[in-house]
Amino acid sequence: MRTLPLAVSAVTVTSALGAGIAAQVEALRERRGGLRCNDFTASPLDTWIGRVAGLEDVSVPEAGARLDSRNNRLAWLALRQDGFLDAVAEARARYGRERVALLVGTSTASIGATEEAYRALAATGTVPASLKDPVLHVAHSLGCFVQDVLGLEGVCTTVATACSSSAKVFAQAERVIRAGLADAAVVGGVDSLCGSVLFGFNSLELVAREPCRPFDVARSGISVGEAGGFALLERDGSGPWLLGSGESSDAHHMSSPHPEGLGARLALRDALATAGLEAADVGYINLHGTASARNDEVEASVVAGMFPASTQAGSTKGWTGHTLGAAGFLEASICLAALECDRAPGMLNTTALDAACGPQIRVDAAPMSRPFVLSNSFGFGGSNCVLAFGAERRP
Amino acid sequence: MSGPDAIACVDGVAFWSPRLPGWDTASPVLAGAVEAPAGAVRRPAPALLPPTERRRAPDAVALAIEVAARACESAAMPPAELASVFATTHGDLAITDYMCANLLDAPLHTSPTRFHNSVHNAAAGYWCIAVGCHAPYTTVSVAGYSFGAGLLEALTQVATSAKPVLFVAYDTEASGPLASLVSSSGLVGAALVLAPRRGGATVADLHWSVSREKPPRATGSSQRNANLVSGNAMASCLPLFEALALRRGGVTLPAGPSLALRLEIR
Repeated sequence: MRTLPLAVSAVTVTSALGAGIAAQVEALRERRGGLRCNDFTASPLDTWIGRVAGLEDVSVPEAGARLDSRNNRLAWLALRQDGFLDAVAEARARYGRERVALLVGTSTASIGATEEAYRALAATGTVPASLKDPVLHVAHSLGCFVQDVLGLEGVCTTVATACSSSAKVFAQAERVIRAGLADAAVVGGVDSLCGSVLFGFNSLELVAREPCRPFDVARSGISVGEAGGFALLERDGSGPWLLGSGESSDAHHMSSPHPEGLGARLALRDALATAGLEAADVGYINLHGTASARNDEVEASVVAGMFPASTQAGSTKGWTGHTLGAAGFLEASICLAALECDRAPGMLNTTALDAACGPQIRVDAAPMSRPFVLSNSFGFGGSNCVLAFGAERRP
Repeated sequence: MSGPDAIACVDGVAFWSPRLPGWDTASPVLAGAVEAPAGAVRRPAPALLPPTERRRAPDAVALAIEVAARACESAAMPPAELASVFATTHGDLAITDYMCANLLDAPLHTSPTRFHNSVHNAAAGYWCIAVGCHAPYTTVSVAGYSFGAGLLEALTQVATSAKPVLFVAYDTEASGPLASLVSSSGLVGAALVLAPRRGGATVADLHWSVSREKPPRATGSSQRNANLVSGNAMASCLPLFEALALRRGGVTLPAGPSLALRLEIR
């Protein structure tokens, strides 16, 4: 069951490493991380975060002004990098604004604005007019904002399946285009720092007091980050290519992975099958690798069982933190950069690998054995998604 | 706007709201054959969940699981096999209210259970756990267009996978300060099992297409029926369920600010 390969005609991403693709590539190459001590939450929380600099000063355009929020400012900052707005303008002119789908993922969208409204109500008894638009307080705040600023009028949805959200939009785009509902799709993911998520992960005892150390034997939890990014997918183009995807459910627990990684295995199997790849074709896997005790243990054993030693694997969350609903997109874009540079980035902050790691999981960067990559995203609620990309259209 | 002119079969139907608690009750009322029962039920008690979980489940989870299970039951389809699409404008509003209020009062004492129940895909995650389903689900929000856009995603999956898909739509009641920011009252849950071809359980054929309309005009439901679910963010599902109760009719659902999903029930 091969799916329709789609050309990734344009891509952009912004994270704690900086704005635009080049900032990510340079930081990965120079092994310069983007995490810092938490200076975000109103009440203190001893942890490290991946914060995007300067969001407070971003002003959104008139078309999106009613939905101004930290999350949508991050979306707008990301959209302005790497010539992405021009690429969308060309697609809009080529296909028509109703034939370019817009599919975005987030976990909390503008809930930071809802938190702000609660603070204002408690302090002054009223909500400022700027926080009164009801759409600001739903997950689709993201889809609605991006649709308004890009002037798109076709199929548009916001996917909110926690940490798999912005990986799943690639799979959805393939379906929407194959069904004939659109000729091209803008896919993306944006999630921003907010109090409820930082304190929520803290309540689950999942946040680290230090910068996160994926797959390290002494890892102590996640670093929460924020990121935003977008890609334009089309039937034809010069590549790189979205070759396939696999989606599955753990059916095990809301916040803990299946102990044998059953859902992860199913998603990996389907990503390979839909892309027409064998495990040995895969040069690099960007792992979910949150640096939580359970995720990394399960994911390491799944990779050790399914892939040869020639496949390199690692998590880049030591650089960016776990950007939750944006992680699927951020890490897909890191995979595309790995293909472009023929370089698997390795891992940051990891010094001694957990015994569960096979020879695939590496700390050091290295060229890839084959020009095909996978990106793993495994989320709360047992939602898994694996994406397959290649430099060539067909293996 | 061109697009598929496709057919899906409705194999399972479920509906729940306090005044119309279940499709057997709702169907004759929506068809105009009988009056709605006078009383109201506060929330569903899904038989699928063990008693303790049934009591503890947040409203959104109880509601979504109730209609998902009933739709599979009426389709005589094993739920563990079905891919699913969940559409909800707001997720669980009471839990969002808790998370935001707690942040002001005692952030270091956040309830871990309420936090993991706060994710937009909580109901979908619990559904898969309850029925042991490893098939993928997705959860979408499209603000005021969530029902039409969610159904469009489910129909797209049926068309591209050629397999049956479970579609579940629900919204809950806003509480606390959140009720001054967004508007939704009561509970409305609705579910369909959509199949690529006719089978023994098929109750109707659904011919579907999309069109560009600015702004898209929803088909109205009768005022009498609309009053039974008014105020809930998912009340927009009503025209389709009226047509399903009558087993015929054309329905137009807004699926975006300039996008309409056209359905013909035969």
